[in-house]
Amino acid sequence: MATVTATAPDTRTFAGTAWSWITTVDHKRIAVLYLVTSLAFFMLGGLEALLMRLQLATPESDLVSAERFTELFTMHGTTMVFLALMPLSAAFFNLLVPLQIGARDVAFPRLNALSYWIYLFGGIFMNISFVAGGAPNAGWFGYAPLTDTAFEATHAIDFWAFGLQILGVSSILASINFIVTIINMRAPGMTLNRMPMFVWMSMITAFLIIFAFPAITIGLVLLLFDRYIETNFFIPEGGGDPVLWQHLFWVFGHPEVYILILPAMGIVSEILPTYSRKPLFGYAVVAYSGAAIALVGFGVWTHHMFTVGLGPIADTAFAISTMAIAVPTGVKIFNWIATLYGGSISFKSPMLFAVGMVSMFIIGGLSGIMLGSPPIDSQVQDTYFVVAHLHYVLFGGTVFGLFGGIYHWFPKFTGRFMHDGWGKVHWLLMLIGFNLTFLPQHMLGIDGMPRRVHTYAADMGFDLWNMMSTVGSLMIGFSFLIFIINAVRSIRHGEPSGSDPWDGGTLEWTIPSPPPVYNFAHIPIVDSRYPAWDLKRGGGHTGAVATAPEADAEADEPDIHMPNPSYWPIVMAAGMVLAACGLIFHQAFILLGAVLFAISLLGWIEEPAA
Amino acid sequence: MTADAHAHHEEHHSSTGLDNRKLGMWAFLGSETMFFGSLILVMLINKHNTLGGPGQEVLDLVLTSFTTFVLLTSSLAMVLSLAAFRNGSLLWGRIWLGMVMLMGLVFLGGQVYEFTEFVTHKDLTPSTNLFGASFYTLVGFHGAHVGIGVLWLGTVLAYSWRGRFQPGMDMWGIELVGLYWHFVDLVWVAIFTLIYLI
Repeated sequence: MATVTATAPDTRTFAGTAWSWITTVDHKRIAVLYLVTSLAFFMLGGLEALLMRLQLATPESDLVSAERFTELFTMHGTTMVFLALMPLSAAFFNLLVPLQIGARDVAFPRLNALSYWIYLFGGIFMNISFVAGGAPNAGWFGYAPLTDTAFEATHAIDFWAFGLQILGVSSILASINFIVTIINMRAPGMTLNRMPMFVWMSMITAFLIIFAFPAITIGLVLLLFDRYIETNFFIPEGGGDPVLWQHLFWVFGHPEVYILILPAMGIVSEILPTYSRKPLFGYAVVAYSGAAIALVGFGVWTHHMFTVGLGPIADTAFAISTMAIAVPTGVKIFNWIATLYGGSISFKSPMLFAVGMVSMFIIGGLSGIMLGSPPIDSQVQDTYFVVAHLHYVLFGGTVFGLFGGIYHWFPKFTGRFMHDGWGKVHWLLMLIGFNLTFLPQHMLGIDGMPRRVHTYAADMGFDLWNMMSTVGSLMIGFSFLIFIINAVRSIRHGEPSGSDPWDGGTLEWTIPSPPPVYNFAHIPIVDSRYPAWDLKRGGGHTGAVATAPEADAEADEPDIHMPNPSYWPIVMAAGMVLAACGLIFHQAFILLGAVLFAISLLGWIEEPAA
Repeated sequence: MTADAHAHHEEHHSSTGLDNRKLGMWAFLGSETMFFGSLILVMLINKHNTLGGPGQEVLDLVLTSFTTFVLLTSSLAMVLSLAAFRNGSLLWGRIWLGMVMLMGLVFLGGQVYEFTEFVTHKDLTPSTNLFGASFYTLVGFHGAHVGIGVLWLGTVLAYSWRGRFQPGMDMWGIELVGLYWHFVDLVWVAIFTLIYLI
């Protein structure tokens, strides 16, 4: 029988260390893999953005060609959504969900590793396109018929479509895993109504993913059929309808923006109470409004299509549902502000990022309400006003929230603090740079500057705003460098943090940092929403938590059954991505991929499971 | 503590009392409803989009009614198989499992015949018109699910000779493939009604 000691990797050699990471099924190590990979893709997507900003800094610039520019904005959007922000959220799901619900791992550890490897290979696969004949260039929402072979005969679109399919598999598998983990593996006493808010938002996000992704998967299947076997789903000449693609895309695409924002909202809902030393105000309402956002989020998609011409009835109905979704969102904001009210607030860097998230997200939400009105949307559709709006919610909201989470839980990952002073510098530079970049884009949009065009004439009145925007984007890039240096340095040289540096209220703060491989020596018994606070302040009676501090775990090395490492997940992921390569490069890869997949499937079944 | 005793313990530890794998299967099937839902909607939108070419009238109601009957009956065999394994009768469990596979194969055979017939005699290919494209995509997607189900059933059957599903052991391996199989059947009820009958 495998025990804790049996799974300990042989880290004395480099090969042993690498092998231990390749075969790991430990949710905490997979979280690190997700974190590092997603930050690398975040940097890549950021570089693409900087190139675009440099091109747009001055009128009629020819730094990048129009063709290259279309590739840049397509890959910037695709990378940031699918390769940077979703996986960065997944890093938090992996690290925190089992720790916050008092579990030793996720429900399916090998499946968890598989999700990661599919994501990594899928991301690499999509980016290979840059050196294999041209990157995807039809925008991140790939409107038909731009994606048809008549307009793009190279494999650029195929890389995009197959890449998204691969990433969709990863997301759906991971979401099934987290749904089961959260529903089924909570510690005794942790009812749904006592789950940390981050776990609530993770669960809602996972449900959104499994219900939203199928729509784009089917859309992409139809698109690939159009490209490979000459069907005419989206081709008007053959009786098809390009608008059908828009429906399928946005039925997925709108829930997708909630998939991106809800995890950050969960993180903020953990950070604000901790640094205000108050429980989250209106816990139940915050949780239910998250669910309401997710539910209504499936009924607002055609507000992305107001100018398509669906008619006044459709436009009105979707404008109303769009306005309605502002209600649960506003409820959350007011609850966060009420959490701060009367609190004993300490402005450490995580708190600054959380407050930044709330305030920037309000601005993005307000411009969202404007865009939810068809007459206004018709005026600014496809201009920089939309670009400004979406960055205020996804950068001002999601990125600020996720960075706050990194600063907040870094000590839990590593046992060391990130430098708080440099964290504050990062925050300030990013806040100023972000507003300098995107606030002027509102003006540009109202003045009529179209998005996705690689340059503009000098006498349009766009020059100053564009220059400001470019300067701001460089500031964001610089602040990110500060963050990276701070993080890398802090891993080894940060100030030791101990197990509970912030006086946290949730279960992860009751165990050592970094957590032992089995997380909890004894599964805690929970009887409130903030069991760690109860433990420290003598309120409640948090059962086993009281008997489970570090000393106990070390004194009596527990005989805890942990899943064995496995190399089948990486083999299976490689098989899947090879098969996709085969559809683009050479058919032999399809066979190779299928064989690898079949072998790994059998190996997976035969392997003695956890 | 032995591994088995521990597994036993873990099984009863879940918050809902449900097995993790079964709950995961339910989540997966939830996702599948959206896959099929999207495809069925595409089919309904394009049902009469024939560009003057072959349309719904090519569908052979007699043949498909028969294969539909076979597929729906296979769900009964699936239930009987699980019941037999649970009662400790490996023999009947295997027989019913084999029957499910056989009926799945009959259904697939009917579909292969139908597709070949349409392509060779009715001039309906995926690129003929949108009716054809949507039809082949939806029914083919469902057929692929049946095919995967048959392979999966075959694996389960093989494992019954490799020491699994013996009397007194857990049966989640059969329960999972059963859930999947019933779901695929249920989807066919929707497809048959919406595409063939109406």
